[in-house]
Amino acid sequence: MKYELVIGLETHVELSTASKLFCSCGGHSSPKEPNDCVCPACCGMPGMLPVTNKHAIELAVKAGFMLNCKINQYTTFDKKSYYYPDLPASYQTTQWFNPICVDGSVEIGDRTIGIKQIHLEEDAGKLVHDDATNTSLVDYNRTSVPLIEIVSRPDFRSADEVITYLKKLKSSLQFAGISECEEGAMRCDVNISVRPEGSEEFGVRAEIKNMSSLSEIKDAIEFEKVRHVDALERHTEVLVQETRRWDDVKRRTFPMRNKETAADYRYFPDPNLMPIVIDDAWLEEIRASMPATAEEQSLRYTEMGIPEKEAMVLASDRKLSDTFDEVVALGRAPKSVASWILTECMGNMKRLEIDELNIDAAKLARIIELVDTNEITRPAGKKVLSAVFESDVDVDKYCEENGLNVKVDESLILTTVQRIVAENPDAVANYKSGKTKAMQALFGLIMRELKGTGDPVVIRTLLEQELNK
Amino acid sequence: MGYFVNSINPSGKIAVDDTILIKGTPATAGSKMLENFTPLFSAEAVERLEKAGYEIAGKTNVGEFGLDLLGETSFFGANEEDGVLAGAAASLVKKGEVKAALSVDLNGAPRRAAALAGVDFIKPTYGTVSRYGVIACACSGEQIGVTAPDAETAKEILSVIAGHDSKDGTSLPAEKYDYALTDVKGMKVALIKELYDLASDAVKTGIDKYAASLKALGVTVEDVSLDIVKEAQTAWQILMSAETTNNLSRFDGVKYGHRAAEYKNIDELYVKSRTEGFGFLTKATIIYGSDVLSKSKYDACYDKSMRIRRVVTEKVKAVLASYDAILAPACSQAEYKAYDVLDSFEKVFEESVFTAIPSITGLPAMATKGVQLIADSYKDNVLLSIAKSVEGLEA
Repeated sequence: MKYELVIGLETHVELSTASKLFCSCGGHSSPKEPNDCVCPACCGMPGMLPVTNKHAIELAVKAGFMLNCKINQYTTFDKKSYYYPDLPASYQTTQWFNPICVDGSVEIGDRTIGIKQIHLEEDAGKLVHDDATNTSLVDYNRTSVPLIEIVSRPDFRSADEVITYLKKLKSSLQFAGISECEEGAMRCDVNISVRPEGSEEFGVRAEIKNMSSLSEIKDAIEFEKVRHVDALERHTEVLVQETRRWDDVKRRTFPMRNKETAADYRYFPDPNLMPIVIDDAWLEEIRASMPATAEEQSLRYTEMGIPEKEAMVLASDRKLSDTFDEVVALGRAPKSVASWILTECMGNMKRLEIDELNIDAAKLARIIELVDTNEITRPAGKKVLSAVFESDVDVDKYCEENGLNVKVDESLILTTVQRIVAENPDAVANYKSGKTKAMQALFGLIMRELKGTGDPVVIRTLLEQELNK
Repeated sequence: MGYFVNSINPSGKIAVDDTILIKGTPATAGSKMLENFTPLFSAEAVERLEKAGYEIAGKTNVGEFGLDLLGETSFFGANEEDGVLAGAAASLVKKGEVKAALSVDLNGAPRRAAALAGVDFIKPTYGTVSRYGVIACACSGEQIGVTAPDAETAKEILSVIAGHDSKDGTSLPAEKYDYALTDVKGMKVALIKELYDLASDAVKTGIDKYAASLKALGVTVEDVSLDIVKEAQTAWQILMSAETTNNLSRFDGVKYGHRAAEYKNIDELYVKSRTEGFGFLTKATIIYGSDVLSKSKYDACYDKSMRIRRVVTEKVKAVLASYDAILAPACSQAEYKAYDVLDSFEKVFEESVFTAIPSITGLPAMATKGVQLIADSYKDNVLLSIAKSVEGLEA
């Protein structure tokens, strides 16, 4: 029998807010040392009351727009109770009854993945286990950092679809400034079951908790598929609905202790947080602040004449596309800019092991301008660009100091050509006897003499004239 | 145990109950669980008083988390006057040792205590006084109020502490409230029959006397039936216990407060610390609250109670559309002897029938001259006006 996978995802993403969800402590990127970003509110002390971060609401609505959701203009916060040391108040504020966004969808290739809901909630802290003293330490820096949980419908049929969806989600969220999606800031719970192809019924579901690496997600799905099919075909085990975790060392999933999964979270509306009403005016204000999505951006680039593949690469990374837009806005030809960013800039990033493009757009624009107007040669342009990457040099000054300007007096080129020809009678003789390679040697000598400043086309023309006299 | 669990300033004139935080002074909420807890900030109400030049005398003893009748469940012991239970703050005010006291009204304790001591306590309209800095139990109904010897003093202190606070998400928008006292002549007061009938003869006599005083002032007093007093009581008990369960879950022995001396793992740390740290009534409330919030009972208990809250509010407001205030007993007895703590859950539940309506609706209420007055939202001044007029009769 043929089986098909049925997968649904719950994806947690940290929002790029300046402060936490219910207090004014710094948000996700602030803390340096453990517990240096906490206050009585986010470490669960009595007497503190939550005050909702408006920006977090706006970012969640933006995520809803991006994923084609219906925005609930009346939305509420609820309390979810469980005891764990990384949860200082022993309850998490989340949205159980009235989530902020519902009923959306995402296109991946020719498939549509349904989005059940997006809800806002606060993150938990972090436990650090110290083996030396056999104790656990708590770090509350992450406590109450705002998250959105994007809950998909069980619409995925393969690990590849899941990976494509997550990549797309990541680039879209980064693009809209909703989340930085840094390493570990995007975490997934993968709900997975298997059923005979064509069946409408769902199989017994396993939930693999807290995955963040794409390759591990893929491996875990493949592992689970085999485990489920074996159970159905060969009765290797009786499948039960359970929560599992991926062990990256053993390369397999394991069931989590039943105790961790059988909880009754006792949800109820948080009486300290009044329902949030997003009126039409506010909704429109948020809609107006939406940047183009990666897809729209990519389409815009192809319309500018950029080949589709290059357009997609540019649009997939906020820094690349921002730089591209800025340089084009400075008057440079889009095709030329795309090639400089995708070939030369990315080459330098690879060489210098830089993750994100961080170049002054005006400098890149100037280099491209100099090359496109033949003020300097393309190799000279590359040389300046490397210098800009390495030590952020001034473009014009660098060209001048290093004699990269092409516009050298033509008479200087001519005298240099004549001198080199006169000084190398052997090479000239070789050339005249048919060894055309000799001309290349002479050309090299002239270039060296001119320190690469002459226009190669002019030099070549003058040299040929001189040799054929 | 004395009235104060912590003295701050012998010349201070305001007492603050021990569920309200004062920066640097331990705040126990009457619980062993918080015996060693010192807050990092002060309650907004305390800050406002200090800013206005009032000095805080100290922290008064309260029943554990304010859940009980009259403070009898405090870890530090009950306050008794000749074998009779009395609230610490109400006693201090009665004796003139402080000018007034701030107390948290969660399940009626300070209202009851004031009524028994014959002093005033006003629980203002929910949302008019910031709850920032209150060790929370039942956030949807608890409220800081003022215990004072007379209505004039209650008004003075309330005027200082009331007003919008951005640190409390349920704080109402008005910056200040004008508690202008008005002439009560021509006002109409509804005496709630169902509650009157539940009180002892001694309490009934007190109500009759108060009604006679009102009539002498030109106030009409009429018997009115309100058929939801039991529903209000049960629903408030459910909501209050549920919220309390949730709010007290932060006291887990991990971060601050009592921690068991020995434990083998985190679960044992939780169980032992909480078993040792909480008293009987608190444990009973937590168990009850956990039960009503559980998946299988949520709809039938918690959700239903929220709907009852709406119905109760509508019905009480309907009465208050025709009457300026409601008159009712604040408790069933004229005095309470110390009782066995194992009876406490039942006793507190029985007595809460008198105090539940203002707690569940957020309407302002006042204990004065041994009785309870209830008014519509923002009509705190009507309560103060009536109380002052009756107090004036005997002066």
